[in-house]
Amino acid sequence: FNQLIKCVGVEKPQNLLDTGPPGPGLGSLRVSSSVFQGSDSELKPDKDGVSDSESKVDSGVPEVPVPPDDTPEVLNKALSGLSSRWKNWWVRGILTLAMISFFFIIIYLGPMVLMMIVLCVQIKCFHEIITIGYSVYHSYDLPWFRTLSWYFLLCVNYFFYGETVTDYFFTLVQREEPLRILSKYHRFISFALYLTGFCMFVLSLVKKHYRLQFYMFGWTHVTLLIVVTQSHLIIHNLFEGMIWFIVPISCVICNDIMAYMFGFFFGRTPLIKLSPKKTWEGFIGGLFATIVFGILLSYVMASCRYFVCPVEFNNDSNSFQVDCEPSELFQLQEYTLPSVLESVTGWTTVRLYPFQIHSIALSSFASIVGPFGGFFASGFKRAFKIKDFANTIPGHGGIMDRFDCQYIMATFVNVYIASFIRGPNPSKVIQQLLALRPDQQLHIFNSLKAHLIEKGLLPAMEVNA
Amino acid sequence: MTELRKRGGGGGDPDSTDNISDKEADGEDRLGLSGDAEGECDVDSKTDTPDVPVSTADTDNTPECLTKALEGLPPRWKNYWIRGVLSIPMISSFFLITYMGPIALIVAVMGVQIKCFHEIITIGYRVYHSYELPWFRTLSWYFLICVNYFFYGETVADYFGGLVQREEPLQFLARYHRFISFALYLAGFCMFVLSLVKKHYRLQFYMFAWTHVTLLIVVTQSHLVIQNLFEGMIWFIVPISIVICNDIMAYLFGFFFGRTPLIKLSPKKTWEGFIGGFFSTVIIGFIMAHLMSRFQYFVCPVEFNSETNRFSVECEPSDLFVMQEYTLPAVLQNALKWETVNLYPFAIHSVFLSSFASLIGPFGGFFASGFKRAFKIKDFASTIPGHGGIMDRFDCQYLMATFTHVYIGSFVRGPNPSKVFQQLLMLQPEQQLGIFHTLHSHLRERGMLPPAATQTE
Repeated sequence: FNQLIKCVGVEKPQNLLDTGPPGPGLGSLRVSSSVFQGSDSELKPDKDGVSDSESKVDSGVPEVPVPPDDTPEVLNKALSGLSSRWKNWWVRGILTLAMISFFFIIIYLGPMVLMMIVLCVQIKCFHEIITIGYSVYHSYDLPWFRTLSWYFLLCVNYFFYGETVTDYFFTLVQREEPLRILSKYHRFISFALYLTGFCMFVLSLVKKHYRLQFYMFGWTHVTLLIVVTQSHLIIHNLFEGMIWFIVPISCVICNDIMAYMFGFFFGRTPLIKLSPKKTWEGFIGGLFATIVFGILLSYVMASCRYFVCPVEFNNDSNSFQVDCEPSELFQLQEYTLPSVLESVTGWTTVRLYPFQIHSIALSSFASIVGPFGGFFASGFKRAFKIKDFANTIPGHGGIMDRFDCQYIMATFVNVYIASFIRGPNPSKVIQQLLALRPDQQLHIFNSLKAHLIEKGLLPAMEVNA
Repeated sequence: MTELRKRGGGGGDPDSTDNISDKEADGEDRLGLSGDAEGECDVDSKTDTPDVPVSTADTDNTPECLTKALEGLPPRWKNYWIRGVLSIPMISSFFLITYMGPIALIVAVMGVQIKCFHEIITIGYRVYHSYELPWFRTLSWYFLICVNYFFYGETVADYFGGLVQREEPLQFLARYHRFISFALYLAGFCMFVLSLVKKHYRLQFYMFAWTHVTLLIVVTQSHLVIQNLFEGMIWFIVPISIVICNDIMAYLFGFFFGRTPLIKLSPKKTWEGFIGGFFSTVIIGFIMAHLMSRFQYFVCPVEFNSETNRFSVECEPSDLFVMQEYTLPAVLQNALKWETVNLYPFAIHSVFLSSFASLIGPFGGFFASGFKRAFKIKDFASTIPGHGGIMDRFDCQYLMATFTHVYIGSFVRGPNPSKVFQQLLMLQPEQQLGIFHTLHSHLRERGMLPPAATQTE
């Protein structure tokens, strides 16, 4: 019963994962027992079965047996008439709608809320993966280790957020004295904090558990590498302009849904052994559908200043503002169609935002390479014989299940922006300039002056210094 | 069985935490890894004979010449002599490479990094019996190349700015460097996903994670070492020498005065060794810093001269390396009868570096000891007779290199001017103009520019 509820319609190799219903009475760590038996290990760090997917409430106690069905009562009643397969569809469908509307609400609420949500998602994903590690290694009782994992999470977050804050809130930081010291020696402080954790780890090594402890140390670090760094790339993308945050995430979601639909209606040839339910038809159909969707979405969003402008922190009003002159990317331009398309559509030129062309690249990546993130997560779940990362979202699994493809997309978008779109951040450059020695500053000043005069931006009659 | 190792048995040195303490504390079988079958005395050789899984046959790769020369002595002294004799070539090759200049140093760092990576990955293969996993060795080396390409690309773009701007293909590579590195890494990632084989999922994920953690530890820190090097060879030599010195001093103090054990992980380390090593390292570091600060060869940042296409180390020494007078605090004044003392500021920084090397550096060694206990290996490899693998010698160095880099970044140097200028050139013209004005008013405030009479904007 339970496995049907959790049945992921697109990919569920049941033969591999489910050899029996999870046994609530199977002893302390139910997940450890399931690892032994190769059956479902339904990790349930969250006992609340609410539809709110972003809740951070963690009341997970390992010894409590898992109620197998955590679909909320209301949905159960509403769907009690349907057969179990359709019930599953409906549960997933309703939850999908809930998640998407939640997404819209958060966008409406603004950048600050988005940052908080990204932080929460990151913490939840970290928690899910670490919990899996504990279960796999039966190391729930290792001394210090939970403290140390959370401590490392805090350190790395402090490091990354500190760098972001220093860049974007430059003036605010310069004003407040303690913030200034913190930002000046930021790297040193972060390193010292990390070292403290490292030394604590070394001191906590216990004779019988060396290998376990090293495994958990490695596990924590790899998780930090994957989850935390990429959530910070997401925030960097966000600051570049909310459109760089919304469009990639939407493309990935759309690709998921479209590939599923195409696979459902036309699917025939399996794509990869890792995920037997994925098909080539779904893959290719999803690619084209996502590209079209991306173009349309960016067309709609590029005209709206709220999405397009870089998020700036206004020092006077102490709040975020998104108000600016849209850059060239977001101004309609005329493109001459190649003759092939001309004859087909009868237009000679078409007016597009340059951003839409970029969105084609983003959508293609989301459809072609993005799924590898999903395959990686599937392989990971197969390897450790778990069905889902957690049970946070009924019908979908854990937060990590939803976000596995997003991480690779976020990294790509960040690299894409850095390589093709934006130059360095001017305030950061000024900051670095001011940190140089005076003679170096003078040298740069003269070189810059010569450069600007060459380019005609400065009248050539400047004769200073 | 594996106790009869090239170390020559029971007589341990208090400093070599790994050899004998393993045996006493752990009482279980150890996997006698001999990663390298070669037994030559040459430390920095990169040649790598393919390893044979668990060859306990060839556990003693002390070269014949040494064995013959020392066959009269009891095994304990033999062990000492071997270690001592090999310390000397290692230290002399260090000096030799320093003499040969920055390029040789970079190549040596790279060689050490590759060797350490190989050693750790080999241990991973052993632990997981995954020697025959499809694709995995290729993928590990591929990831190593990718990460190295990424880091070296960033370094090259920074330091060889002039050269890069001249050559067209290099310019293209430099401009899209991150994208190209990311694409290369993604290709490896996709190959990994495609190579997942049904029965071996878990193994393959373990090896993937093992590779990444190793890359994180070994490769990033070797690049920090190279960045320290570019800051000035003294920032490379002094930390490494301090760590070596701390090793030797702690060992000597422990040998002569050692009584109270320091930590369960390494039973041969003692508090007397630790504290004695601390004080002597601070003093030796101070003296060494004082001696080296006078030479431009050590002190100047390594620059690449675009015209001559070579590295040059010539400059006006910065404030750090110019003697300054410091007034002694009253306590020391009474003790020494000097009022002021001439010191290089760098010597004061060296006190901090030495303290770190003595107090926190050993944790790197404990970490490596714990790692070896956890995976029941005695040494990382058998490259150096008497000492173990390259990683055994360099385990404390990595932490020190990171600390030096962070220290330089926080307390010593500002950002690199040429890098800042390059970023300036990449900005939009309006932004450049804005920065120009800001800089202009800033310099005027500071009196670097005459207050402008003729400035009109």
